[in-house]
Amino acid sequence: MNAIVAEALGKRYHEQTALADVSFSLPQGTLLALLGHNGAGKTTLMKLMLGLIHPTSGSVRVLGQMPSAAALAFRRQLGFLPENVAFHDELNGRDTLRYFARLKGERPAVCDDLLERVGLSFAAGRRVKTYSKGMRQRLGLAQALLGKPRILLLDEPTTGLDPVLRREVFAILGELTRNGATVVLSSHILTELDARTELVAIMRRGRLAAWGTLPALCGNAGMPIRIRLAAPGGPASLAPHLNGFPVSAVDGRTVELTCSQQDKMAVLRHVAALGALVEDVEMRLPGLDDVYLHYGQGDDPE
Amino acid sequence: MNAILIIAGKEVRDGLRNRWIVGTTLLLAVLAFALAMLGTAPTGVLGVKPLAVTVVSLASLSIFLIPLIALLLSYDSIVGEVEHGTLLLLLTYPVRRGEILLGKVLGHCTILALATLIGYGGAGLAVGLGQGRDPQGWAALALLLVSTVMLGAAFICLATLISLLVRERASAAGLAVAVWLLFVVVFDVAVLGLLVWLKSGLDPALFRWLLICNPADLYRLVNLTGMENIRVFSGMAGLSESLRFSPWLLLALLGGWCAVPLAIALFVFRRREL
Repeated sequence: MNAIVAEALGKRYHEQTALADVSFSLPQGTLLALLGHNGAGKTTLMKLMLGLIHPTSGSVRVLGQMPSAAALAFRRQLGFLPENVAFHDELNGRDTLRYFARLKGERPAVCDDLLERVGLSFAAGRRVKTYSKGMRQRLGLAQALLGKPRILLLDEPTTGLDPVLRREVFAILGELTRNGATVVLSSHILTELDARTELVAIMRRGRLAAWGTLPALCGNAGMPIRIRLAAPGGPASLAPHLNGFPVSAVDGRTVELTCSQQDKMAVLRHVAALGALVEDVEMRLPGLDDVYLHYGQGDDPE
Repeated sequence: MNAILIIAGKEVRDGLRNRWIVGTTLLLAVLAFALAMLGTAPTGVLGVKPLAVTVVSLASLSIFLIPLIALLLSYDSIVGEVEHGTLLLLLTYPVRRGEILLGKVLGHCTILALATLIGYGGAGLAVGLGQGRDPQGWAALALLLVSTVMLGAAFICLATLISLLVRERASAAGLAVAVWLLFVVVFDVAVLGLLVWLKSGLDPALFRWLLICNPADLYRLVNLTGMENIRVFSGMAGLSESLRFSPWLLLALLGGWCAVPLAIALFVFRRREL
C-alpha cells in the first residue's frame, strides 16, 4: 500500500514556482531521503504533505487523504520535525514535550520514555533556552515521535547531531519503518545517508530530478568506479600494462583508472596479475555524493 | 475545546514565568492604592463617599493604562510565534487554527483579569472596608472591575488581530502604538475639535454614535455615568439625557469590540498560508 502519492504536484507563490510537476508514490514502511539544494523545493513538498499549504496544481494524498482538507484526526498520525526547530525558550524540556503530548492527545507519562530514547533525560529539567543546537534537535525529534505516527516528515533531522547520535537517530527511524511507519527526511549531509536509505529522491529547482534506490540511480547514471593503484615504480612503470583503460596519474606513486560496473572484476583480476608492480589497491564506488552531483547539478533544461 | 484550554493554560503559565502577571498586578495595585490614598484625602472636606471617588480615579487611570498593557501583552501573539518559528510546528498538530487563536486570547485575558482583579480589587476592598455601608460604592467597584477586564479584552482582541495582519514583529509593535494613540488620545481630541468647529453644536444622536466607535469612550461612559452617585463626583451630572446609556448596553457594546476584531482575526488566520 502506498503511504504518500503525489500526482503532477505543483506550488506557485505569485510569480515564483516552488514546486512543479512532482509525481511519485511512496510505499508504506519505507524511508525516503529527499536531497537537494536550499530552495530546491524540499520544504515546500513537506508543507504540502503536512497540509500547511494548498497545491496550486496536481494533488498529493497522504494515507489516502488530501492533507490540506483532511479532518483533524489525520494530523494525529503525523510527526513533523521542522528545519531549525524552535521552542518556547522559557519552558524546560520535559514541560515542552508534555505540552505537545497534551495537544496530541497523548498521556504526558510517555514523555520521560521519549526523552530517554533521544538521549535527553539528563537535561529534561533545564530550560530550552540553555539547550545546544543538537539538544533542540533531539527534543524536536522526541515531539515528532509522540503518538506513534504513521508518517514522519523530518526536515534536516541530523544537523547539529554528533555521529553517535546520528547513528541512534537512524536506528530509531529503522525501528519505526520496520513497524510500518513511513519516513521522509531531507538532508544536506549525504555521507550519513549512504547505507541507510532505501529510496532517494533528488530535487532540483522544484522538480524531481531523480527517484529510486541508490544502486539503481548509480547504474542509470552510468557512474564509473574509480580504482587507485599504488605503484612503487611510478606511473610510468604501470602505463604499458594498463592498455585500454582510462588512466590518469595522481602523483608520483599513484595511478587512477576508471571502469564501469560490469568491467570491475576483469580489471581487478588484471591488476592482481601485475605482481610487484602494484603495491596497494583502493577502490571508490560511486556514493550518494556522486549520484547527487550527477542529478542535482546537471544543466538546467530551461 | 480542550485544545483551547491547553493553549490558554500555557499562556498563563508563561505569564507567571516571565513575571508578566506579577509585574502588571503590582503596577495596578500600587497605582490603585496611591490613587485611593490621594483620592480619599479630601473626602472629609467634601463629604463624598471615598469608594466612589476611588472608582472614578481608577477609571480615569485605566483608560490610558489598560489598553496599553493589553496591546503590549498581545501585539506579537501570532507574528511573534511566526518569527520565532514555533507556529509552524503547532499548526501540524491536531489543533484547529481557531483553537490556537482563542486559546491565546483566553490566556491573555486571564492574565489581565488576574492582574486587574487582584490589583484594583485589593485596593478597592481596602478602601471600601474602611468605611460604613455603601452598596452603591460596591456596585460601582464591581462595575469597574468587570468593565476594566472587558476593556482589556477588547484591546487584546485588537492586538491579536494586529499580530495577524503584519509580517514582522516590529511593524506589529508600531501598529499597536498607533492603535493606542488613536483610541486613547487622538479620537477624543478629534471629537473635541469637531465640536468646536461645528459651533452650532453636534447632533446629539451623531455624538452618541461617535462615542460608541471607541472602546475607551465606552469604558469611560460605563464608569463615569453608569451609577447615580458616581455621576456627581465625576462631573457628569449635567450630562445631557441623550448620552445616558444603560450600563448593560455599554458593556454589551464593549463585548462587541471584543467579538468583531476576534471574528476578523479568525477569518484572516484560517485563510493564511505559512
